[in-house]
Amino acid sequence: MIDPLALDVAHLFAGSLVLVSFMLLYQDRMTGLINIFALHALVVSLSVAWQAYIQHAPHLYITAAIALVIKAVVIPFALHRIVVRLGIHRTIEPVVGVGLTMLAGIGLVALAIMVMLPITAQAGTLAREDLAFSLSVILLGLLMMISRRNAVSQVIGFMSIENGLILAATGAKGMPLVVEISVAFSILVALIVIGIFLFRIRERFETVDIHLLHEHRGEQP
Amino acid sequence: MGNGVLVVAAILVVPALGAALLALISDDRKGAWLNAFVSFLTFLCALALLLERPEPGPFLIVDDLNVVFIILSTLVGFTTSVFSSSYIAHELETGHLTHAYLRFYHAMYQVLMFGMNLALLSNNVGLMWVAVELATLTTVLMVGIYRTPAALEAAWKYFLLGSVGIALALFGTILVYLAARSVVGEGLDAMAWNVLVANAHSFDPALLNLAFVFLLLGYGTKVGLVPLHAWLPDAHAEGPTPISAVLSGLLLNVALFAVLRFKSIMSANPAALAPGPLMVTLGLASVVFASFMLYRRQDIKRLFAYSSIEHMGIVTFAFGMGGTLANFAGLLHMALHSLTKSAIFFCVGHIAQVKGTQRMADIRGLTVSHPALGWSLGLGVVAIAGLPPMGLFMTEFLIVTSTFARAPALAIILGASLVIALGALLLRLNGLAFGDPDGRSDPTKASFLPLGLHLALVLAAGIWLPPALVAWFQYVATLLN
Repeated sequence: MIDPLALDVAHLFAGSLVLVSFMLLYQDRMTGLINIFALHALVVSLSVAWQAYIQHAPHLYITAAIALVIKAVVIPFALHRIVVRLGIHRTIEPVVGVGLTMLAGIGLVALAIMVMLPITAQAGTLAREDLAFSLSVILLGLLMMISRRNAVSQVIGFMSIENGLILAATGAKGMPLVVEISVAFSILVALIVIGIFLFRIRERFETVDIHLLHEHRGEQP
Repeated sequence: MGNGVLVVAAILVVPALGAALLALISDDRKGAWLNAFVSFLTFLCALALLLERPEPGPFLIVDDLNVVFIILSTLVGFTTSVFSSSYIAHELETGHLTHAYLRFYHAMYQVLMFGMNLALLSNNVGLMWVAVELATLTTVLMVGIYRTPAALEAAWKYFLLGSVGIALALFGTILVYLAARSVVGEGLDAMAWNVLVANAHSFDPALLNLAFVFLLLGYGTKVGLVPLHAWLPDAHAEGPTPISAVLSGLLLNVALFAVLRFKSIMSANPAALAPGPLMVTLGLASVVFASFMLYRRQDIKRLFAYSSIEHMGIVTFAFGMGGTLANFAGLLHMALHSLTKSAIFFCVGHIAQVKGTQRMADIRGLTVSHPALGWSLGLGVVAIAGLPPMGLFMTEFLIVTSTFARAPALAIILGASLVIALGALLLRLNGLAFGDPDGRSDPTKASFLPLGLHLALVLAAGIWLPPALVAWFQYVATLLN
């Protein structure tokens, strides 16, 4: 049986991840948003490292290291450069008001807990709460993706979803390494794709505001 | 048995090596031919699976269900690569694509084939997820390859919706692992298909239910089921036409295949939610929505993209109804739809090139100006609309009649939508194929070989199916129950 203190620390990390997801929701400055994302990745890597320690699963340290190096350092650094180069390090405008977004976020977290806790009774204490937290992070990431119109913030929303998935995958004890590698791998690939797209968008429109892209509907009436 | 392992390895290694080679070759003609040759080689390897198959391993499996998909997938992959070589030659002449992009395009084509074959062959739910993600990312890159504003918007939309879908699917996959872990134990076994299906009866039903909802929504996004279909018409319309053909003909099938695999786990557990009603609802919604949307389309590739949504809806509906007859019809419908829809896209690709537009209002009188293209399009539309004597008539007839016996109300809705879609398609065909030709009209340099082969197969299926094939599909249909 897992020592209660170890369990509490695991919950602390997972809970902080949900809090950081909330912080992502209300950031209205590009640089702030990227910094908070770096914090998000840092919390995820701490959480994974803790799981590796309490589950005695050394391969999870690799996942933690990947999350730390790539998502907490390399990607934020690259995004900062992109943002400065594009000259969009000023405000970003959420579609609905901050208050409304936060309320929706609270509703989603409540939903995640109500859905996950009753049906995962057999899955073990650790996995249970971790799944509820990670579903919250995923839903908050989705909310962020639909409430933002800027390509960079949508990408950050997507990467926060990936962080939630890592939390879920590591909480499921003994899950084969395939999935962890794949998650890290997919983030790398995603960044390449995104980088290409951002620069293509820049070449064409001198902006990364997705809202303007919708001017070019393929089909005119 | 050793040969079987070699064959399976070849199906994966040939496209992977082909991708590496194609990335190195700078000559366009050679690239196009090598692409077709590699695809042909993969198809031959897939046929060899009929003779011999390996024992299931921890990562790869060959069973009766996925053999059908692999052969279909490699066949359409090969014919599309033949079509692609004549299509691409024209794009180079008109300057739509540069040499560097073409090299990238050919390499990506083989990476896509590799991803789809891996997804079909994988015995591991995690590996399958990785393969589907790989296939998605390569198609995102290919959809955006023209770099027009519309192409970029389509690729971006596809990327966002596709990755959200794939994220939901991964969450579902993790839940399936959790459900399996308490029964099978930790490690690779808890993610292997054959182990999962064999032990599914003792999994925790509540976890399975939740997992299936995530998996259906996640992979359903990739199938293009209705509330989640927004990426599909754009991605079909703005990318190169060979990619539209592969998307409609193959990638949607691969995603549906993933749903089917998880459905069989659900059905093996008596206490779990029946997956049927969920699939029937999503499928029927897709059919009804798409058949009405067909009327408002202005763009020829979008028209057939919506028709793909309709047909994937029909197939999902059939598998949702279940039972040997509906499964049989659904499986056959899926195969014939792949062949027909890719044939139509071959046709549409050449039409858009000779007319210089995809707007249907600017395309008229094709049977007069380009008789071969016009009549093949006519034949393709007759097939896709589900008219006799083509094969899709038979499968749609089977699906509707088998539904009538069990849920008449659903059968009436389905039948009515099919008739509505038929009306829209014939209306459009009338405008496109008949009347006086106008507008630009270049001579066609199409290769009719892939087009003719697909339509001939669909026609043959409508008139006479070899008993061996029927027996095979029936056997697979009973497996799906």
